[in-house]
Amino acid sequence: MAQKTRTTPAGTPTNVSQNHTRGGIGQSTLRPDGTLKVTGAFAYSSDMWHEDMVWGHTLRSTVAHALIDGIDISEALAVPGVHAVLTYDDLPATTKNYGLEIQDTPVLAHGRVRHHGEPVALVAADHPETARRAAAKIKVDYTELPLVTDEASALAPDAPLIHEDRDDHHAAHVPHPNIVHRQPIVRGNVEQARERADVIVTGEYTFGMQDQAFLGPESGLAVPADDGGVDLYVATQWLHSDLRQIAPVLGLPPEKVRMTLSGVGGAFGGREDISMQIHACLLALRTGRPVKMVYNRFESFFGHVHRHPATLSYEHGATKDGKLTHMKCRIVLDGGAYASASPAVVGNASSLSVGPYVVDDVDIEAIALYTNNPPCGAMRGFGAVQACFAYEAQMDRVAAELGMDPVEFRQLNAMERGAVMPTGQIVDSPAPVAELLRRVKARPLPPEQQWLAAGEAADVRALPGGLSNTTHGEGVVRGVGYAVGIKNVGFSEGFDDYSTARVRLEVINGSPVAMVHTAMAEVGQGGVTVHAQIARTELGVAQVTIHPADTRVGSAGSTSASRQTYMTGGAVKNTCEAVRARVLEIGRRKFGSYHPAWATAELLLEAGKVVTDGGEVLADLADVIEGEEIDVELEFRHRPTQAFDLVTGQGNGHVQYTFAAHRAVVEVDTELGLVKVVELATAQDVGKALNMLSVVGQIQGGTTQGLGVAVMEEIIVDPKTAKVRNPSFTDYLIPTILDTPAMPVDVLELADPHAPYGLRGVGEAPTLSSTPAVLAAIRDATGLRLNRTPVRPEHLTGNGV
Amino acid sequence: MRVNFTVNGREQQADDVWEGESLLYVLRERMGLPGSKNACEQGECGSCTVRLDGVPVCSCLVAAGQIEGREVVTVEGLADYAAHRAAARPADGCAPGACGTSIDAARRWSAHGSEGEFGSRAGGGQTGEAGELSPIQQAFIDAGAVQCGFCTPGLLVAADELLERNSEPSDADIREALSGNLCRCTGYEKILDAVRLAAARQEEAV
Repeated sequence: MAQKTRTTPAGTPTNVSQNHTRGGIGQSTLRPDGTLKVTGAFAYSSDMWHEDMVWGHTLRSTVAHALIDGIDISEALAVPGVHAVLTYDDLPATTKNYGLEIQDTPVLAHGRVRHHGEPVALVAADHPETARRAAAKIKVDYTELPLVTDEASALAPDAPLIHEDRDDHHAAHVPHPNIVHRQPIVRGNVEQARERADVIVTGEYTFGMQDQAFLGPESGLAVPADDGGVDLYVATQWLHSDLRQIAPVLGLPPEKVRMTLSGVGGAFGGREDISMQIHACLLALRTGRPVKMVYNRFESFFGHVHRHPATLSYEHGATKDGKLTHMKCRIVLDGGAYASASPAVVGNASSLSVGPYVVDDVDIEAIALYTNNPPCGAMRGFGAVQACFAYEAQMDRVAAELGMDPVEFRQLNAMERGAVMPTGQIVDSPAPVAELLRRVKARPLPPEQQWLAAGEAADVRALPGGLSNTTHGEGVVRGVGYAVGIKNVGFSEGFDDYSTARVRLEVINGSPVAMVHTAMAEVGQGGVTVHAQIARTELGVAQVTIHPADTRVGSAGSTSASRQTYMTGGAVKNTCEAVRARVLEIGRRKFGSYHPAWATAELLLEAGKVVTDGGEVLADLADVIEGEEIDVELEFRHRPTQAFDLVTGQGNGHVQYTFAAHRAVVEVDTELGLVKVVELATAQDVGKALNMLSVVGQIQGGTTQGLGVAVMEEIIVDPKTAKVRNPSFTDYLIPTILDTPAMPVDVLELADPHAPYGLRGVGEAPTLSSTPAVLAAIRDATGLRLNRTPVRPEHLTGNGV
Repeated sequence: MRVNFTVNGREQQADDVWEGESLLYVLRERMGLPGSKNACEQGECGSCTVRLDGVPVCSCLVAAGQIEGREVVTVEGLADYAAHRAAARPADGCAPGACGTSIDAARRWSAHGSEGEFGSRAGGGQTGEAGELSPIQQAFIDAGAVQCGFCTPGLLVAADELLERNSEPSDADIREALSGNLCRCTGYEKILDAVRLAAARQEEAV
């Protein structure tokens, strides 16, 4: 049995310089799952297979807002090979909705659909195509309802209410029931501060709906169990959050829903919400057969929430000498039909809306709307991305008004350690904003006209438009742009954010082996690599096995908010420390009489031995733990945070802040409006890089997603019908290797004294400033204002916004 | 219908195949070879790239009936295929860019378990669990080009084919060759690194 206790986190970074264990922290250890992944043997959720399994399929609404007058499943049931057809009437429990924070999302639509693609019915059949064809035979009678698609239609006096009987905890505080959540932040006195301003710049910005577009489709396998429960193998970001939402709607106690993480093909926030989990379980419990569900790409675009599209209105003032006087902003996020993570996105967007700058007088409001558009929730950068796009455009415009260099202007106003956030929170760890900007600016620029470098004939592959041969360099102009951003790490606003780790140390074939068991979702970020590195470092063992993530161990929290290395890494570290203490206790009991150092010296575990801090070996670790049971499970918590005040927005809401800066160099074919990003350089402070190879990979990946939304990525929702127009990789474009430039990365390591090893979460920050840097570079090249993202060719040729 | 074809050097037969099924579905759900990935099933992402008679194709766009009598190599057979190619090369090396395996050579290859000349090197080319990795597979691991790994099988097949016909690709060549393979995690820099690394190691080895 694992011994289960609670701890609070260790405060200060551990000095690990004396630890030389191979594959320990700070080394670019290779992925333990690498070989499986390059040989095709790694089992992703869509690869699950069971001998007598059947296939599940979802019928989704073809309209965005309608009453369901009736559903006729008789023809579908009659299709040979069909095992079950389920509608709302078949739900087994009184709980019929789920949700991350607000349980407003129906498992299957009851009486009404609120967005295009909402699940209406389920089919299980012996071939996926049979299931699809049977689903197409289900007749649903809709009476369409008026649509709510934007702020004006959502807040109109006679606006239809998306959720007419709201009783969630935000309902009492919002000015209109179609507002999910509202967070104002007021600090100082904007009216007084405005009088000091020599220039005032206002701007309106629009951020399009981005999709996570992870490559592994939503999928999994539900296997009915003899005890009436179900075993679910699924790709997710947080097993225990899923479990909390799944069990009640199945009418099962949580212990009868056993979840195991299967291989995850990327996530980026898109797997925080439930997709096919409950549906597969319902079908498995009804048919008594294992049920596999795999969305195709079309369905995937309806199967997960997207990044909130936003409109942002900003006003900044500054004095002649370049000091910001005040900031006012209003951020309207479109949350779509269901709440998902919207309340938390609002908290982030508002509290990070000033950016990494010192502005004492602010007046901020952020809201998220309920509409009939696709539901929006978590995506890498989580509310901070939209704000960064707007405040960085503003920084360039204020600098231009003042006739200042945009980087120098930012540096003049950059926050440092000790700065006060608009929420009143003190930034009590390094905040090297000016330094990050300095680093990207100091980097040599890539040579001009690189398309000529190969020889006399232009290499069109290096030009805007690429192989489509749209230009040979005529009409191509270059621009350079900068941006920097601030992101929080971990769950904020008083959330009880914790992670659990279990570590077992035993002797196998004569060698000490550590087993690390957590419920952390490895979604590609490399958590499994760093957990093994931490265990090697703390326990001085060479061999570490990572137990599959499942719900038989306590929650690890979500693989999001850049929190897993901090949180589950912190849990593994603390648990290993407890294991080490137990080892030394056993060692003293067994061998203490042989050497006085057992009682008097500071003892370490290194290279499979118990050693004194002077390097003297006291015993083999294997001899100490042989025959003993060392198996510890602990929870780890970061320091507590507070909810933001609902009126003033004040409160120590965030755990940790992280910063990245970008410089983008672009070339634009002004004739056709095509953009080629030539280079996208990043500087980021990571506190302490536990694995530099992974850190750089995360930074480049995040930077690329920011590039994507700058120039191509957008889910287009028809404003007249609220239907999604481009749910495919043909029409929703993500960057290819031809669209991405060289991406040099400069990593700073300024330790955060409050975090394990001094680390900072890495994954999200580079997604923030990448987009505004590219936009700034395009503006620099073209002289156009460009206040929306993504930039499309028509915006660059004078035919668009 | 019944389909007869060769996968990773082994003759295979699939019965009761529905006419609309793709090669990808046959590989994943009927052959037990899920290495080729089902990311878009629209021919847009390249995750399901396999070689059909030596030519890289999106297996999701190939109808099952089209593979009758043909040769397919998937990521599961890549190590074996690469080993065969290396052994088939002239011992005195060859000029850069001229070292490719001809389609004829690829067709002559068959791996019948341990009976075949190279069949034992990668567990018969079926599971990928045992045996050595191909240079491009090893380079992807070493360069950190694998994150979630969902795009990896398709990229490996495409990159291996690139290096087969162009042993010293420029960055522009690599980008062009891999432009049909989407990756959402890495930003592609480390994938470029991996292909450069594999190419460099190949040069050293010759």
